Amino acid sequence: MFDPYKVRQDFPILKRKINNHPLIYFDNAATSQKPKQVIEVIKNFYENHNANVHRAVHTLSQEASELYEKAHEEVANFINANGVEEVVFVRGTTEAINLVAYAWGLRNLKKGDEVIVSLMEHHSNIVPWEILSKINGFNVKYAEVNGDGTLNYEAFEDMISSKTKIVCISHVSNFSGVINDVKRVAKVAHEHGALTLIDGAQSVPHLPINVKDLDVDFLAFSGHKMLGPTGIGALYGKREILEEMEPFQGGGEMIREVSFNTITRRCSITWNDLPWKFEAGTPNVCGGVGLMEAVRYLRKLGMENVKAHECMLTEYAMQRMQGCQKVKIYGPKDVSIKCGIIPFNVEGLSSHDVALFLDNYGIMIRSGFHCAQPLHEIFKLRSSARVSFYIYNTREEVDRFIEVLKEIEQV
Amino acid sequence: MASVEDYVARIEETCGEEKDFIVIFKYDKKEQVVAKILEKAKIEKSISAIIFELTFKDVSFRLYGTGKAIFRNLKDKSELRNVLVDLLL
Repeated sequence: MFDPYKVRQDFPILKRKINNHPLIYFDNAATSQKPKQVIEVIKNFYENHNANVHRAVHTLSQEASELYEKAHEEVANFINANGVEEVVFVRGTTEAINLVAYAWGLRNLKKGDEVIVSLMEHHSNIVPWEILSKINGFNVKYAEVNGDGTLNYEAFEDMISSKTKIVCISHVSNFSGVINDVKRVAKVAHEHGALTLIDGAQSVPHLPINVKDLDVDFLAFSGHKMLGPTGIGALYGKREILEEMEPFQGGGEMIREVSFNTITRRCSITWNDLPWKFEAGTPNVCGGVGLMEAVRYLRKLGMENVKAHECMLTEYAMQRMQGCQKVKIYGPKDVSIKCGIIPFNVEGLSSHDVALFLDNYGIMIRSGFHCAQPLHEIFKLRSSARVSFYIYNTREEVDRFIEVLKEIEQV
Repeated sequence: MASVEDYVARIEETCGEEKDFIVIFKYDKKEQVVAKILEKAKIEKSISAIIFELTFKDVSFRLYGTGKAIFRNLKDKSELRNVLVDLLL
């Protein structure tokens, strides 16, 4: 049975006091805390197995290579990919999206083509496409959102056409926590001959993910939001698409051969197999090993349990926040269509004031645009405060948060 | 000679339409900073003596006992710096 109190014992940082108050960490959409199992595996890697991966014949390199390859396998299993060939390790979601933009988009998008992103996207799923559109001359179109922050599917279906080459959309909004029906989006995209790139930064850590069932073409996510270290993440891509793509960056590891023709004085290069073709240079081996341990930890808990726990906390927190007179919550009220993210404001106060006030009591939340400025502009919000939950948060923490929120209302 | 950097650890320009500045004072100097500021600025409101609503030369800001302050409606960082010089030095 899922027990958040038992889970908490694995997170050393939660024993900390901030400003003489017990730490309450409600900024999980930005990054998650790390369990001792992940911390220990990182320490153990550097103490016992550290070496560069692949090609070297010595024992340490063999051990590091096996661990790094195993990490790809664990991540592939976690999202039900067909195998390690479909999982490229990257720095995080942002790099994964940029990889698709440059390795696929640069060669496949041209003037007259269209890329659809939604208005609820994180800047990392907007900016790469806007930059590339200036180079290749294609159009970036923005799918509308409804008043409650959900995707307007009808408008999206009206917008898509044979000109659309790729649809780039978040699985879960980092502002409102809304879960988009990406299976539906992928079906519609495929009917029009377009690919789908899903930003899974806020979904993979919190929901059971089955890429085969979703039938998405690319899925990008970050390790640090799912108990793993920073600087590691993954791009899932359907094997046949990744095989057709040219590399993103050039260097060691991603090549099989760089052969020099002494007559033409040119090099002839052949790419390495998947996924290494997309992992130029010495990879973040230890990050991969840490991510593997994080995935194992989440699998042991069970992603259905993770989802249910966050859903329970979100429902409880929203219900209690609605009892606060000056608090306005944004996004859908129906927790069955959202993850554990609640954006809100307190009447008469800036979101930064609210965050600083809560910090005073050891409660860590986010304030500002959360890298989703277009959505704030659509909703005419100057900024917002955001609480976001994870496996180690409890109802008691929500109660304490509400107590302080009521104090803030008196300011 | 003392400078603002002796007291200030970091200045964050907030994201959001409100272009506020959050000043994080050095942890080991926070008591000294709070005392200096409270001596010079006018207290408009105090909450449990840990959060102070203040004004200083037409600039309104909020000071937290944790050693952080949020300054509003300033033109830019150099204006903020001038205010901090007057408050801290």
